Amino acid sequence: MSRKHTVALVGNPNSGKSALFNALTGARQKIANYAGVTVERKAGRLTLPTGEPVELLDLPGSYSFDAASPDEAVTRDVVKGTFEGEAVPDVLVLVLDAANLEQHLVFAQEVLELGRPTVVALNMVDLAERDGLTLDPAALSEALGVPVIPTVAVRRRGIVDLNEAIAEAETHSDEEAPTRWHLTLPERRLSAKHMARAAILSKSTRHTIENGVDKVLLNPWLGPVILFGLLFVIFQAVFAWATPFADALEGGVGVISEAVTGAMAPGLVRDFLTEGVLAGVGSVVVFLPQIIILFAFILVMEASGYMARAAFLMDRLMAGVGLSGKSFIPLLSSFACAIPGIMATRSIADPKDRLTTILIAPLMTCSARLPVYAVIIAAVIPETTVGAGVGLQGLVLFALYVAGIIGAMVVALVLRRTVTKGAASGFIMELPRYQLPRIKDLLIGLWQRAWVFLRRAGTIIFVATIALWALLTFPKAEESESQLDASFAGAVADTIHPVLEPVGFNREMSLALVPAIAAREVAVSALATTYAVDAEDEDVAAEGVTAKIAALWSLPTALAFLAWFVFAPQCLSTIAVARRETNGWKWPIVMVVYLFALAWIAAGATYSIAVSLGL
Amino acid sequence: MTLDGFDSGRTARITGVDWASLAEDEGKRLKALGVDEGAEVAILHRGVFGGRDPIAMRLGNMTIAIRRMHAAAISVEAA
Repeated sequence: MSRKHTVALVGNPNSGKSALFNALTGARQKIANYAGVTVERKAGRLTLPTGEPVELLDLPGSYSFDAASPDEAVTRDVVKGTFEGEAVPDVLVLVLDAANLEQHLVFAQEVLELGRPTVVALNMVDLAERDGLTLDPAALSEALGVPVIPTVAVRRRGIVDLNEAIAEAETHSDEEAPTRWHLTLPERRLSAKHMARAAILSKSTRHTIENGVDKVLLNPWLGPVILFGLLFVIFQAVFAWATPFADALEGGVGVISEAVTGAMAPGLVRDFLTEGVLAGVGSVVVFLPQIIILFAFILVMEASGYMARAAFLMDRLMAGVGLSGKSFIPLLSSFACAIPGIMATRSIADPKDRLTTILIAPLMTCSARLPVYAVIIAAVIPETTVGAGVGLQGLVLFALYVAGIIGAMVVALVLRRTVTKGAASGFIMELPRYQLPRIKDLLIGLWQRAWVFLRRAGTIIFVATIALWALLTFPKAEESESQLDASFAGAVADTIHPVLEPVGFNREMSLALVPAIAAREVAVSALATTYAVDAEDEDVAAEGVTAKIAALWSLPTALAFLAWFVFAPQCLSTIAVARRETNGWKWPIVMVVYLFALAWIAAGATYSIAVSLGL
Repeated sequence: MTLDGFDSGRTARITGVDWASLAEDEGKRLKALGVDEGAEVAILHRGVFGGRDPIAMRLGNMTIAIRRMHAAAISVEAA
């Protein structure tokens, strides 16, 4: 048996390629990177009617082989067989949006000029019908010289026919490519126009729904109000709806931890499992519900076509700091977690834009900061109201979020004038037609995001947690001294404390920052341990630590600690992802240095202002 | 006149594009989307805050967002 054959999906962006990919492969998809570039490689298994399994590749959406972005260059090189390490696809499935035929036929001709065995999927015929178009696939097939299968990927219409056509085309994959015509772009455009006209049987003058909906959603006044209203609902949902699930997960980790404690004899191995593995990985896994809820909103916004409108509405604001509307999507994701946010920057074509977005993503208040904020605020901010029904504690929390956003904007502005200096980035984006998202596509997308997050928790965080646990556990303390004082971590804290003393941090806080480098939320349990609160469960620990902080910390010290966490890069995984996405250590180091510097300045400024105000 | 100053809602025919004033990749992208001499476009929406930037235009069956500076490079006449 020779190598496994490959079939590749090619087409314009917004041709419904990914929905077709999901319909053909189901949930068994492998997502990786193409060698040497941060372009996502999506592959799945397709079983042909003959029973033969082939690899189905979802190539990045492309407008032309004359690539204007790294994504398009990958598509061009893979299809032409010049991408090192990728076999030339045996069959190409050319995906065309039936309602946008004239435009999509331009790139289609470029693909067909290659002479590879090709099948055309005339996709989203239902949307074309909605717009009042009736098409003639046979006429199109005649004009293009390849089979044309009408499909509705989201409703699975035509999937079987398409599969059969792929199998038929595959039998010709070894044949010599016939010589094809070569046209210039204007010639292609002209012939696309003729072919589209010939394929359209009837066209009613019915207005597309986009115009009406966009009149409201892109209205200069109403549009931003609706977008900010939606963002408010999303944040409410992320924090309110996720709580019961997070509590349940936390409870589950507690139960396992107790079971391990009960089942094993006391000793190093048991401590390693409960205090190291379970406490560390468990404290990160509890954020899974928030991440899933935020991504559910993001995926619905993307699949429905609204995300591009949100980018349109935000573009003006982002342009003010040298970015474009395209940075909005990654930055929104970063409110759950900077890791998926940084990975989402792949959709930004301009390299300097993308780098700037990666560098400021950690300033969006991710969900890991919330436990730290919650504990400190509860301890030092009184539960009073300022004005009608606005609680002071809530106001402080809101101010911390705003501080992060303003910080990010200022940093972007500075970066665009210094290290990522260059021509102002443009904003050219197709606003796709509105569509009802399909549940199955959403579930596949959510599963992929959740899996990325869990895999990270199981690898990077796992290793970091073990390393920190070891630093905290060895060498063993003598009877009279505390374990933390004796440990390597304690020695590290003693080393860094002089640096942090000027900004108002006490020694316990400096100590807590060491394990919190793995993940911010660990600061809470670390403080709890430092104050020798006898509690395994983080909730109980948090209660105890709140009382201790209220008694032992001055208000300026506590505020300085909050200011520190707005900026400090207390997350190893973010740094690791930044390294992977920028292909080197240079930019992660820049990120870490500027964030620590900002954190130190912000904490110091907060401390001295609070002290001078007599707080 | 250029597209950025053209009335919203009215159809304009492109009479020329000043490709040299555009970044190479952006020119390529606009060309691939069908912006070229002879094409017909209409401005549908203009952005929110100062400068009425960006612009959403209709081109064939697509809605495309561009910045004003791109529109300023596109010469048009009433169709």
